[in-house]
Amino acid sequence: MKKYSGFSLFKHSLSHHENWQAAWRSPQPKKEYDVIIVGGGGHGLATAYYLAKVHGITNVAVLEKGYLGGGNTARNTTIVRSNYLWDEASKLYDHSLDLWKDLSQDLNYNVMFSQRGVLNLGHNLQDMRDIERRVNANRLNGIDGVVLNTAEVKEIVPIINDSQDIRYPVLGASWQATGGVARHDAVAWGFARGADSFGVDLIQQCEVLDIVTEEGAVVGVKTNQGFIGAKKVACVTAGNSGVMAAMVGLRLPIESRPLQALVSEPIKPIIDTVVMSNAVHAYVSQSDKGDLVIGAGTDSYNGYGQRGSFNIVEHTMSAICELFPMFSRVRMNRAWGGIVDTCPDACPIISKTSVKGLFFNCGWGTGGFKATPGSGNVFAHTLAHDEAHPLAAPFSIDRFSTGHLIDEHGAAGVAH
Amino acid sequence: MHHIYCPYCEEMREEEEYSYTGEAHIERPKDPAAISDEAWADYIFFRSNPRGIHHEMWYHAAGCRRYFNATRDTQSYKVHETYKMGEMPTITAATVAANQVAKGDAS
Ligand SMILES: Cc1cc2nc3c(=O)[nH]c(=O)nc-3n(C[C@H](O)[C@H](O)[C@H](O)COP(=O)(O)OP(=O)(O)OC[C@H]3O[C@@H](n4cnc5c(N)ncnc54)[C@H](O)[C@@H]3O)c2cc1C
Ligand SMILES: [Zn+2]
Repeated sequence: MKKYSGFSLFKHSLSHHENWQAAWRSPQPKKEYDVIIVGGGGHGLATAYYLAKVHGITNVAVLEKGYLGGGNTARNTTIVRSNYLWDEASKLYDHSLDLWKDLSQDLNYNVMFSQRGVLNLGHNLQDMRDIERRVNANRLNGIDGVVLNTAEVKEIVPIINDSQDIRYPVLGASWQATGGVARHDAVAWGFARGADSFGVDLIQQCEVLDIVTEEGAVVGVKTNQGFIGAKKVACVTAGNSGVMAAMVGLRLPIESRPLQALVSEPIKPIIDTVVMSNAVHAYVSQSDKGDLVIGAGTDSYNGYGQRGSFNIVEHTMSAICELFPMFSRVRMNRAWGGIVDTCPDACPIISKTSVKGLFFNCGWGTGGFKATPGSGNVFAHTLAHDEAHPLAAPFSIDRFSTGHLIDEHGAAGVAH
Repeated sequence: MHHIYCPYCEEMREEEEYSYTGEAHIERPKDPAAISDEAWADYIFFRSNPRGIHHEMWYHAAGCRRYFNATRDTQSYKVHETYKMGEMPTITAATVAANQVAKGDAS
């Protein structure tokens, strides 16, 4: 892999940027791999990267039915934070936040990680009590956080409506200064380029149609490009995970639903942090291009069509316009949906299954982008050692029968 | 936005009058204490979550306030039928597959 640097940028400018090395190869699939990762989103690519880099396992293929990062990775609103309530979740997300800090250097790829801070608004007394409880829990876990009142929120976001006689007045917020946003595509591409440089085969337009087992153990997958063998298969397929599980007769505690986001026309810099509100299902930040990036809630019903209901977007926009009256005159450019894999306790499943050699990393639902490096890191360990990474262990699928759920619903401010 | 036919009101109404309440035809185990933790977990948490034909419950919250069932395609979002509680669907993944074979549409 040729390194990117200021010097290489200068050198390539002399040849009109026409001679850059391709960021990754497009190989033909081999007959057999040590590990097959199904799903070339951020989590699958990060898993491949850390498998190769940390564990020296490089005979790996990532099979992606569409194009790399074209799933939820490229559809999300890119909020990164770690202020979750419960110990298990906050440790996992904070491990990820630690990796984010050096990710651009580690990958030699600018993922544009920007720690611009994240506000989770409270609109009533109960919201504020929950926020105080969560911030206290965060601080005990070494995660930065403070509780702000209305005036302090206004200081950080001068354009917010601080009037107290609106439907959802801003009573305060939690503030995680180390949270922020990153460039979603760059995260997928950076991990892809890194994994490829260690010899991992990234195979696009390759849909897994069936998982083949013999005597209760995985032997490979059937794809639209033929059979590919492997004794370990890891499904990192987000919203499609239920379909993958059904291939071997398993069920998951997951339901797939559309979650929507939209962006406005580009405007001058107006908001330099991330504002989220759980109660009104709206959150907003501004991209470096200048578009407002706005996220909505999930549809109430199961769905696989990558679009959501109009009434959901309408609710979100009315909340955004109440919080930021000046946005009422901004035009929205595009809206889209992604299929999120929602779990009953709003926490992921990072786990072996009852089928030998078959692993799942899914259930990240509406909030897994922030976990991309951490998820790949602990899942790679789990695959390499055939045993859960200590941070991943509480997220085993067994928790649904032991009763040890990690209930982050509502507790985590907002689900993204 | 869906328009859904309430089998009790016998009218098409807008999606926002209803609440979705999850997969249908899940039977509560007769003797919970007698079954394994895994079987109980399966009842409480595990779902079939298919891409395609799905039988699900809806609640007519802003209408008659009764629960009913619907057969809906989770890919095309087409609502194939709605039917009262206690009734069984006439359209299932199997009947749809059989229909496609009959029409020579194997895609
Ligand atoms: C609108 C929206 C906003 C969001 N906002 C945030 C946010 O602000 N912060 C945050 O942390 N998270 C957010 N999320 C959640 C986040 O996007 C996801 O949790 C995360 O990106 C999941 O990454 P992934 O790699 O697991 O999944 P994906 O990126 O979806 O990758 C899964 C891949 O698997 C492939 N695949 C599926 N089936 C097969 C098959 N049979 N064969 C081959 N390939 C297959 C798919 O094509 C896909 O590319 C949001 C999600 C959405 C939709
Ligand atoms: Zn009715």
